[in-house]
Amino acid sequence: MSTPTIEDAPQAGNPHSAGLDAAESGKVELITITVRIRRFNPEEHPDAVWVDYQLTVDPKIRVLDAINTIKWEQDGTLTYRRSCAHGVCGSDAMRINGKNRLACKTLIKDVSPEKPITIEPIKGLTVLKDLVVDMDPFFQAYRDVMPFLITTGNEPTRERIQSEEDVQRFEDTTKCILCAACTTSCPVFWNDGQYFGPAAIVNAHRFIFDSRDEGAEQRLEILNDRDGVWRCRTTFNCTDACPRGIEVTKAIQEVKRALVTRRF
Amino acid sequence: MAIETTGSVSGVELTNAAPTDPSAFLIEPPRARTKRTGRKSRTNFEMLAWLFMRLSGVVLVFLVLGHLIIQLVLDGGVTKISFAFVAGRWASPFWQGWDLLMLWLAMLHGANGMRTVINDYAERDTTRFWLKVLLVTATVFTVLLGTLVIFTFDPNIS
Repeated sequence: MSTPTIEDAPQAGNPHSAGLDAAESGKVELITITVRIRRFNPEEHPDAVWVDYQLTVDPKIRVLDAINTIKWEQDGTLTYRRSCAHGVCGSDAMRINGKNRLACKTLIKDVSPEKPITIEPIKGLTVLKDLVVDMDPFFQAYRDVMPFLITTGNEPTRERIQSEEDVQRFEDTTKCILCAACTTSCPVFWNDGQYFGPAAIVNAHRFIFDSRDEGAEQRLEILNDRDGVWRCRTTFNCTDACPRGIEVTKAIQEVKRALVTRRF
Repeated sequence: MAIETTGSVSGVELTNAAPTDPSAFLIEPPRARTKRTGRKSRTNFEMLAWLFMRLSGVVLVFLVLGHLIIQLVLDGGVTKISFAFVAGRWASPFWQGWDLLMLWLAMLHGANGMRTVINDYAERDTTRFWLKVLLVTATVFTVLLGTLVIFTFDPNIS
């Protein structure tokens, strides 16, 4: 990718190219980026505003590192959630360049650092401050699908045996980390937060298709309701947004199919 | 909301004398889900509506395309359409049935689509209710009027 012209004269032309090329080959070359963050503080101003931050960074760092640098070195009032920083806890889902991603799983070099990188809170949930949203409606929908094992009869004295084939039936949806990237990328959820949303349906799917569970009928009944799976428009935003690569739309369709085949 | 409450919510004591209510500044999403939201209808209406959209859509592809080809392409195209042409077609129960089925499926398919659009985009419950009243009225009126015309059509009307 790198051409001698740019390496010899990094200032000429696009100053980022050399740094980005270096990133591809594993070398360290710093580039200057602009991070444009949607700031909102209800105690200071009624409106959310875009604020630009200039940083000189290695393009191989993650967006979360860039935000951390801004908070630690430039503006301590910047507010956002993060915990494990390795794509497991699901705290730092945010809208980066218009797409829901985990800031800790997104590298600067992959989000067109030549242009300002826009960072917004995930949509469809109440913004409390900067990138922090009220997750309560999201978790309420999660709780409403009863995401726990439901069985009848006596507890077995040994573990509940399951075949490899039975595990594979719902294995994909066990990967959910409840980051809300899917639900807050769903246009139906944006317009009507009463919709259960992809994440709740994924977690219902995880138990509906678990051979050890006996609560499938109850969960299907819940998802058969007005705000359940039938509101899905199969726009695939959720599948695109999922940082764990879960085939979310497919899971929702499987729940729909289960409803149709069980009711007829 | 009292100013003390907002101060404790944010964890910051508000010391300035001009009290502005920060709850007015919150960027609220429309119709957020709450603990009270779990209304159960216990019917299969949404599933049947969803299935109807798929099935009627497939049938309508043939009905509507066939209709368009017969009306607009074959036998001299649109210029042939006249009162006599319609009268000739509706003399046959087959074309009466075709048009009746097309009318009902297209109207219900379209109305159900509009219903989902209203559900998605109407934010206030009253707006939603009145839009649906309007939709149902228009649908029922069109379907009944169309059905009436198909069955009471008089080719000898003067």
